[in-house]
Amino acid sequence: MTAVLQLREVTRVHGAGETEVHALRSVSFAAHPGELVAVMGPSGSGKSTLLTLAGGLDTPTAGTVTVEGQDLAALGAAGRARARRTSIGFVFQDFNLIPALTAVENVALPLELDGVRSRTARATARRALEEVGIADLADRFPDHMSGGQQQRVAIARAVVGDRRLILADEPTGALDSETGESILRLLRARCDAGAAGVLVTHEARHAAWADRVVFLRDGVVVDETGADRADALLDAGATQ
Amino acid sequence: MSVRQALLALLEEGPRYGYQLRAQFEQRTGATWPLNVGQVYTTLTRLERDGLVEGAGDDGAGHVVYRITEAGSDEVATWFTTPVERAQPPRDELAIKLALAVTVPGVDVGTVIQQQRTATMSALQDYTRLKRRAADGQSREDLAWTLVLDSLVFGAEAEIRWLDHCEARLRRAQLERPEAAPATPAAVEREASR
Ligand SMILES: Nc1ncnc2c1ncn2[C@@H]1O[C@H](COP(=O)(O)OP(=O)(O)OP(=O)(O)O)[C@@H](O)[C@H]1O
Ligand SMILES: [Mg+2]
Repeated sequence: MTAVLQLREVTRVHGAGETEVHALRSVSFAAHPGELVAVMGPSGSGKSTLLTLAGGLDTPTAGTVTVEGQDLAALGAAGRARARRTSIGFVFQDFNLIPALTAVENVALPLELDGVRSRTARATARRALEEVGIADLADRFPDHMSGGQQQRVAIARAVVGDRRLILADEPTGALDSETGESILRLLRARCDAGAAGVLVTHEARHAAWADRVVFLRDGVVVDETGADRADALLDAGATQ
Repeated sequence: MSVRQALLALLEEGPRYGYQLRAQFEQRTGATWPLNVGQVYTTLTRLERDGLVEGAGDDGAGHVVYRITEAGSDEVATWFTTPVERAQPPRDELAIKLALAVTVPGVDVGTVIQQQRTATMSALQDYTRLKRRAADGQSREDLAWTLVLDSLVFGAEAEIRWLDHCEARLRRAQLERPEAAPATPAAVEREASR
């Protein structure tokens, strides 16, 4: 089975000379259809860097990132923006909602930008808000919502439509443990339905919903649980 | 874990015999803390001696049925209204292992922590899988079992957080004392005997 997301020996260096920071050092990583992978590691270990590279929001210093077989670098900026509207859902660590738009408008935006009729887009967006448990807040502006409610709008925006790859950076940071768990159930259900998911989290309890947990330290993958499954998939791929 | 109080609490629902009590205990707590039936009968005998349960005859199929007494009900009420003692923590092999790993020469503590974290994470994934399966049930017993699983989940999570914390502390200690660690006596001896 081909991976939805594949990072091959990806390195990302910020700055140069004295202030050079190696955020990622030759990391290889894959997420397959139906698979939820969690990424854990201390602050500054490169988790958000990995995710922004996977989402085409940043480009690697070396190595390649492919999404559904497409090299993101070769797609160009316009192609990457299109991929983000259609096949990649991204939950930002700091939500990134548009303050001038209501919750339902925020969620509907990627669909509308992609040419879906406004009415259909809004109806789909309302369903997504329902799934994250805040249907009643659809017409509120982000400024008039609690942190946890804004976070759920951001999650709804990432899972709306038919996303093949869902990337979530600390999607449960502002949520209580019950609500956090319901979000994990939602991500898990999307992956069980065939999407690939990458979840960055500090909470082991949430990482445990993943099929695999990858541990990052100083930009390097130092350990991994449940790697057997991935190996089996790779072997199956090799014999095809 | 108090088998005595658990059995008494189950008897609050009505008279039961030993096998029934064991089955009901496991329905609520899964196979997490298995009870053998011998243990159940020994406990019932002691509870009867102490006047907390009494024999209620035979169920017709040869099983001795027990019923809770008033004194037994009082003991159950006291159990539910008294917090579980935390003053004397149970002996924790992992805490002891790490305490020794940082002091015994020649042990790579970083590796000890990393391997443990991976193992605990795998256990946590297993509990979570059981939880996903159990969540479909609607009965009171299913709810009891998911709460027990949650307890295991939070316990494993706390252990992982503690391991992260230990790792960060060790890193800081190494940064504060950057000179190379002195050779361990055992290593010096090994070197000398070459
Ligand atoms: N734009 C940037 N310029 C310079 N350095 C950066 C930049 N972005 C990230 N870094 C550095 O790269 C490293 C990895 O950062 P990253 O944001 O990926 O960490 P993280 O694992 O997501 O941490 P956290 O858990 O705190 O979110 C850090 O040392 C960070 O300071
Ligand atoms: Mg981050």
